[in-house]
Amino acid sequence: MIVANSLTKRYPGGFEALAGVSFEIRAGELVLITGHSGAGKTTLVKLIASIERPTSGSLVVNGQNLSALRRSAIPYVRRHFGLIFQDQKLLFDRSALDNVLLPLQIAGLPHREAVRRAQAALDKVGLLKREKANPIALSGGEQQRLAIARAVVNRPTVLLADEPTANLDADSAADIRRLFADFHRVGVTVVVATHDQAWIDHCGGNMLRLAHGRVA
Amino acid sequence: MRRWLSQHRAAFGLAVRRLAAAPFNTLLSLLVIGIALTLPAFGYLALDNLRELGRNASGAQQISVFVEVGAARKDVVEIENRLRGLSTVRFSFVPRDEALKRLQKSDEMAEIVASLPRNPLPDAFVVEPADTAPEALEALRAELASWPKVAHVQLDSAWVKRFDAFLRLGKLAVLLLAGLFGAGLVAVTFNTIRLQVMAQAAEIEVARMIGATDGFIRRPFSYFGALQGGLGGLLAAALVYGALRLLAGPVGELAALYGGSFALHAPAATDVAALAAVGALLGWIGAQLSVSLSLRAFD
Repeated sequence: MIVANSLTKRYPGGFEALAGVSFEIRAGELVLITGHSGAGKTTLVKLIASIERPTSGSLVVNGQNLSALRRSAIPYVRRHFGLIFQDQKLLFDRSALDNVLLPLQIAGLPHREAVRRAQAALDKVGLLKREKANPIALSGGEQQRLAIARAVVNRPTVLLADEPTANLDADSAADIRRLFADFHRVGVTVVVATHDQAWIDHCGGNMLRLAHGRVA
Repeated sequence: MRRWLSQHRAAFGLAVRRLAAAPFNTLLSLLVIGIALTLPAFGYLALDNLRELGRNASGAQQISVFVEVGAARKDVVEIENRLRGLSTVRFSFVPRDEALKRLQKSDEMAEIVASLPRNPLPDAFVVEPADTAPEALEALRAELASWPKVAHVQLDSAWVKRFDAFLRLGKLAVLLLAGLFGAGLVAVTFNTIRLQVMAQAAEIEVARMIGATDGFIRRPFSYFGALQGGLGGLLAAALVYGALRLLAGPVGELAALYGGSFALHAPAATDVAALAAVGALLGWIGAQLSVSLSLRAFD
């Protein structure tokens, strides 16, 4: 499903965030990408999501080589992913429901069906009763659950997250971990960059350890 | 197809909501666009009215065909038949007796005409061509002059040429003005959209990360630019209409002082539609340029 071969990312100025990383993630796997700060976790997530391009090496997702992808094809590749960020990237000028509706509007779903699916996603993360609330009125844990609802509403093949439990209290972090485990159980490929020790200790999947931009 | 339509409907709705969300800003932008379009539109209509005035001016674009004095009735009928065969002209016949009577009515000429032993005037045709371009008039004059029993063909070609040159100059000035103000309209839309893109940077960033194409992001802005330009065009049409209504009275009085009657004609429905379409097109172009440059900055 995701195959990286000698993946390297060098930023302008010469900093090498990833140096020849190779790995394979199979469909339906749960993989935690771990490592200290600056190990290259976030860079790897950005490369998988096509937010950034590798300097060299190849990265194949669902049979498509992302390194050789045309710019115009990138949005369609991104729709295969459910992306979750540490800072959630929610839109605070609209309701929780409208935030979850956005990926469905991008996909061009008819409004009624989109609302039905968005409400189902909110229900899945326990936020249906707060669908009209502005994200700013939600707690940190609720905001992260809202971000997860937005990520899964389009039924992605890969759930890709970057530090989704950072800045959350223990209970909220446990909720988020449970949600990821639930999605993994129903066959979604889950890839999470994290340094959440509780998650690493009780990981039910595989681990990809990075250190100084290399697989440790 | 349904998805595509649904996305366009949503983008159009969003553009309308954005226009309505800031009514004061929208009004100011519409005023700037409306005034920018009013000047060339008014110039165009003024020229159109002037062309009409020139066409109505007595003898301005008429050709007089004088038949030879001794021509027989059948020769006159032959010329009449030939004129009837020209589909692009209207004509009237002025018999020599009628011409003499008109001359007798003239204060200056009555005495001279009375002293003549016989009617020296020929039969004549007054021809009004549909195509009043100087070249077309000259070609028609030459053709009429070549017909048998035609003694003389009179066309005030110098006047026609001068008038046509003036109209062409005016048209060029209006075109230059239209280009200048059109660029202004594109710039106004460019700036409005740029500010909108900046205000919605977070939304655009998130949308791109979750798979929005450039087309999806661009669409509401394109509709916004086109709507703003189109409404500005309609406002311009209203301003032109108002100005013409104000001028109609004084122009009518002026025409009456010269012994004629002339009424300014207001913009037709097609003119209004064209103005709105031009405004929409220029607004759309401004939006496209602005969003393209802004999206490049996001990369």
